[in-house]
Amino acid sequence: MEILVCVKRVPDAAENEISVGAEGADIRRDDLVYSVNEWDNYAVEEAVQIVEREGGNVTIVSMGDGDAEEVVRREMAMGATQGLLLTDAAFDGSDGLGIATILAAAARKRQYDLILTGALADDGAGQVGGMLAALLDWPYASVVNKIETKDGKSLRIGREIEGGTQEISDIETPCVLSIQTGINEPRYVGIRGIRKVASIEIPVLDAGALGIDAATVGATAANVRRIDYFVPQLGASAEMIEGSTEEVAGKLVDLLKAKGGIR
Amino acid sequence: MDARVFVYVAHEDGKADDSALELVTAARSMFPGSSPVALVAGSGIDAVCQETAASYGEVWKFDQAALAYPNAELLRPLLVKVLPTGAMLLLPHNTFGLDLGPGLSVKRGVTYVPDVVGVDGLEGTTLKIVRQEFAGQVSAHVHCAVAKGAVITVRSGAFRPAEGGPAAGQIVDRSADATGLSARRTFVELIQAEAGDIDITREDVLVSVGRGIGEKENIALVEDLAEAMGATVSCSRPIVDAKWLDRPRQVGTSGKTVKPKVYLALGISGSFQHLGGIKGNPFLLAINKNPKAPIFQAATVGVVADLMELLPVLTEKIRKSR
Repeated sequence: MEILVCVKRVPDAAENEISVGAEGADIRRDDLVYSVNEWDNYAVEEAVQIVEREGGNVTIVSMGDGDAEEVVRREMAMGATQGLLLTDAAFDGSDGLGIATILAAAARKRQYDLILTGALADDGAGQVGGMLAALLDWPYASVVNKIETKDGKSLRIGREIEGGTQEISDIETPCVLSIQTGINEPRYVGIRGIRKVASIEIPVLDAGALGIDAATVGATAANVRRIDYFVPQLGASAEMIEGSTEEVAGKLVDLLKAKGGIR
Repeated sequence: MDARVFVYVAHEDGKADDSALELVTAARSMFPGSSPVALVAGSGIDAVCQETAASYGEVWKFDQAALAYPNAELLRPLLVKVLPTGAMLLLPHNTFGLDLGPGLSVKRGVTYVPDVVGVDGLEGTTLKIVRQEFAGQVSAHVHCAVAKGAVITVRSGAFRPAEGGPAAGQIVDRSADATGLSARRTFVELIQAEAGDIDITREDVLVSVGRGIGEKENIALVEDLAEAMGATVSCSRPIVDAKWLDRPRQVGTSGKTVKPKVYLALGISGSFQHLGGIKGNPFLLAINKNPKAPIFQAATVGVVADLMELLPVLTEKIRKSR
């Protein structure tokens, strides 16, 4: 099976305090630790496991510059044979549809049986996979937490819906699936793994190479534009308890007793 | 602008989802003066249509056996067919909205506006909304060009439910439009989450642990605290993804909905998916090393601290106080 996995380089929101920079134009990015979007890492692992089972190839694609290449290479080290980098100044400021348009152009360059994305990324929109499927006119499923290959023409998949219930469906290939965390246990990538893929050339494609009309992507084409970031003013927020560890612990014991938390 | 506004009403077991009333409020605040039309699709849905007609002036009914299960791949072509040019469609931002919405916006050739938590107003054909990014750590003002129409998903709980008055809305049977639908994805079955030995939904005191605990070995500190308190350990999603605790202990929209009296959130950032699983307004104590963690907006009492330092001292003090 030929599988394309779309990945994004993002600030690690679990490891960083995200704060807003001057006048809200952007978040403060100086001290942020970047990594691959967590959901995408599960998508890559799933693709690699399918290919290990059934044969085929995994290609990692990302939109971005040299920093994104680092992420593509790290993900390739999990077991992908090819990488693709989509880079053009005309792509800057793309909204979800712009990004899906660029990825769709890359997907049309080769014949893939399956495209995986992460279910969500740092902006929480969860939109690119579904748009990509619609642009390619392929079937789609979101928040996928199980993939079983069936007969070469379809897959049996599980979606994680509310309450931890799993919705089982059959979906025809080629299709686009967005992957939920927890579907597998992504393998550890060491220095040696990254060294193994260090010599693989990662083609860089721009709008021209992808056959994209630059007017259909980027900031000018975007119907959805972020104006600024801000930290919401909160009405009621927590009463904060401060002091030494001893003092804080003492106050918490009193509070928990009063509220029935110690039984 | 004078656009027609529609709301997709999700339903289960013959009852409309909570989102049905919240989306009325959202629609009116995005498009003042609009009278949203409810779309109800399914099989044997008269009761849901009646219920919906109490809060919507008009309800379009799509009643077909093929729609018995809400398969987004089947509903998307139906909505492309029946929605008028330029229409705004509101959906809940849940696993169904995620499945249906993005592709629907592409197929309709309209703007996709995901996960709205607030509205700043409509200016001409620009819809100004508020979203959150980075797991709720920061918010963003977003401007959306909606001249051609839009598909808009709205976060659960972000808008107050509309008062269900006796609107006595008109139910329009559009079932004939929903014939001959086909999809390349077919629903097979639902598998309910396994019950497990513990049932956190029945516990009054939960000690819940999140990613901030750092290492699997440190879970023992949380278990010690819970034991000292006589409480039960629960957790957020990343702990289950990492397989440090079993799925029946997960609190959140993709896990269990709990109704404790006291809830400790230890190293939990407080994503809306996690908070969505905590009901009944408990005494919520949050301990997190990140002072900007969204959990402090939801907590009753908060402490900015390193769990490794505080938990052993707290556990010891509780043991001694008994």
